[in-house]
Amino acid sequence: MSQPAGRTGNGPMTGLAARARERWGVHGRGQHERDKQAGAPADGPGENGAAQHRGGERRRRGEQLMVPRAQPDSYYGRPILKPPVWRARDVAGYLFLGGLAGASAVLAGVAQLTGHDRLVRPARVSAAGAIGLSAAALVADLGRPERFLNMLRVIKPSSPMSVGTWIFTAFSGAAAASAASAVTGRLPRLGTAAAAGATVLGPAVCTYTAALICDTAVPAWHEAHREMPYLFAGSAASAAGGLSMVTAPAGQAGLAARFAVLGAAGELTAKSMLLRRLGETAEPYQQGRPGRLMEIAEVLTTAGLAGAVLAGESRVVARLSGAALVASSALTRLGIFEAGQNSARDPKYTVGPQRERLANRP
Amino acid sequence: MTTQPAQRPVPPDAPRPGPDPAADAGYAEHPPRMGFFTDTSVCIGCKACEVACKEWNHVPEDGLNLLGMSYDNTGGLGASTWRHVAFIEQITRPGDAVPDAAGSGAFAADGSRWLMSSNVCKHCTESGCLDVCPTGALMRTEFGTVVVQEDICNGCGYCVSACPFGVIDRREGDGRAWKCTLCYDRLGAGQEPACAKACPTESIQFGPVDELRERARLRVTELQQAGETGAQLYLDDPADGIGGGGAFFLLLDEPEVYGLPPDPVVPTRDLPRMWRHVALAATGLLAGGLAAALRRRVGP
Repeated sequence: MSQPAGRTGNGPMTGLAARARERWGVHGRGQHERDKQAGAPADGPGENGAAQHRGGERRRRGEQLMVPRAQPDSYYGRPILKPPVWRARDVAGYLFLGGLAGASAVLAGVAQLTGHDRLVRPARVSAAGAIGLSAAALVADLGRPERFLNMLRVIKPSSPMSVGTWIFTAFSGAAAASAASAVTGRLPRLGTAAAAGATVLGPAVCTYTAALICDTAVPAWHEAHREMPYLFAGSAASAAGGLSMVTAPAGQAGLAARFAVLGAAGELTAKSMLLRRLGETAEPYQQGRPGRLMEIAEVLTTAGLAGAVLAGESRVVARLSGAALVASSALTRLGIFEAGQNSARDPKYTVGPQRERLANRP
Repeated sequence: MTTQPAQRPVPPDAPRPGPDPAADAGYAEHPPRMGFFTDTSVCIGCKACEVACKEWNHVPEDGLNLLGMSYDNTGGLGASTWRHVAFIEQITRPGDAVPDAAGSGAFAADGSRWLMSSNVCKHCTESGCLDVCPTGALMRTEFGTVVVQEDICNGCGYCVSACPFGVIDRREGDGRAWKCTLCYDRLGAGQEPACAKACPTESIQFGPVDELRERARLRVTELQQAGETGAQLYLDDPADGIGGGGAFFLLLDEPEVYGLPPDPVVPTRDLPRMWRHVALAATGLLAGGLAAALRRRVGP
């Protein structure tokens, strides 16, 4: 971190804004060296009593300070935001399963439209199964699960969760009906009508969840609101195509593979654009556990993508590639979920971009 | 004092009436918007507000911890902490540069000072928690405040992530979201909120928001003229990212020092843009499905 000249003129309690600008706006924000601040004890315990040991080494007592002590830029290193209270299993699980369900419905519809008859039933069943599991996860994640029907009291365009609840409800009905018809062979016309509804609603199920997580104060999510819907759409198509490659009978996986390839390519493109645009706020996606999850996911996506392109008539390669794509979609969602939580836990991701915004305001 | 780039000048013009969230929420006739002006320059850190709030609102115990954060063993606002007093010790040690303002205002002769501040829900004009609540449990009252209806909340937790201040939280074991109600029950009975009633130094002032805003401007001018150059108002401006707070503050240092975001913006401001991207992405997904099929026909 560069040490700007002319700092000595400022007392430790004055010119904090200038210092914050130096710290956050222009120089070495990523460094984030946390010297033990004057008079303040070590970083306080976190919200649940867990000690938060953060930042660099503490200076030994009596050591000569060659530079002014770093100023407090947070309240004892505590988060400004409350990290999301959602459980990863339920909500990251839903981001994945909802995408899988919505895109499977799209695939089922397209398969039926274009005469890939043997892809239709497995895709419809995948859509219904995944959305059923999603519903269970979403209800389980509520603090008061018995009140889940309260979601249907209102329709609020200002709440992606409210809008999403209605999309979800309509979609799950249609997906369940179309799957039931496909499995039992009964009421094929009604089944086709329901499938048409699910095909149209499916893309919304895949992408509204991006608005859901981005319409929060969580820095890594909110700042990514431009790319996230495309990332989610791609990840969903890649998962649904992948699953269909696994379940497809011999010689029928072509459509699923092409859908998966388009999805995976879209996902990789959106993700790289997201990371490039976000700058410092992209760190949570690249560091720690979420960083590793996203890395593994990228390897799997790339491998699955290559496999899907090169599989040809090999069912083994197609199935392995499909499985890799399903797994990568799940890991990507988990990585995004955890990156958001990490960005909310560290005040630097809240203060830094806001300081930058203030500094750039005319 | 030479450089204070982020400090806002105090506008000399007379205060204009602020936004009217109760009318925006559909109340035809309603009392004036009520709120808090928390003047941290006279806070003595007695925590009477924390205690009074807990007592009046029957807020359960929130952990008996020793946090090692000066006299603050509460930590921060949460589901069971609706007022929180922050303690910031800024101590000058040998070798430190002594601030220009040493000996004046809140500074001791050696330049040390001790900041205390009582934090609370901001009852934002543009309120993130209220916007995203999918059940309608969060509502705007006739006083322009934001309240959770505990008989409706199903604990989805969306409000927790939508608050740019980290105020509202889900209570463990209860499952619902809780926060300051600005003592909605007391307001209805013509009483002031418990914390303001208990505050012995009038650091917490309660009243019509327009009037409080005027009072706050006078106070910050007075402090700055007295040499307290770091004094600044926080969330008093209806043009800010939350449309101004129903509860706003006079701070002596930058907001982040108190654990407050320096430039909060309600997340829903970007929601129309998000919906556009969602719609475009959804269309793209459908088109991708069709494209995957079309290539089949074109190909071998």
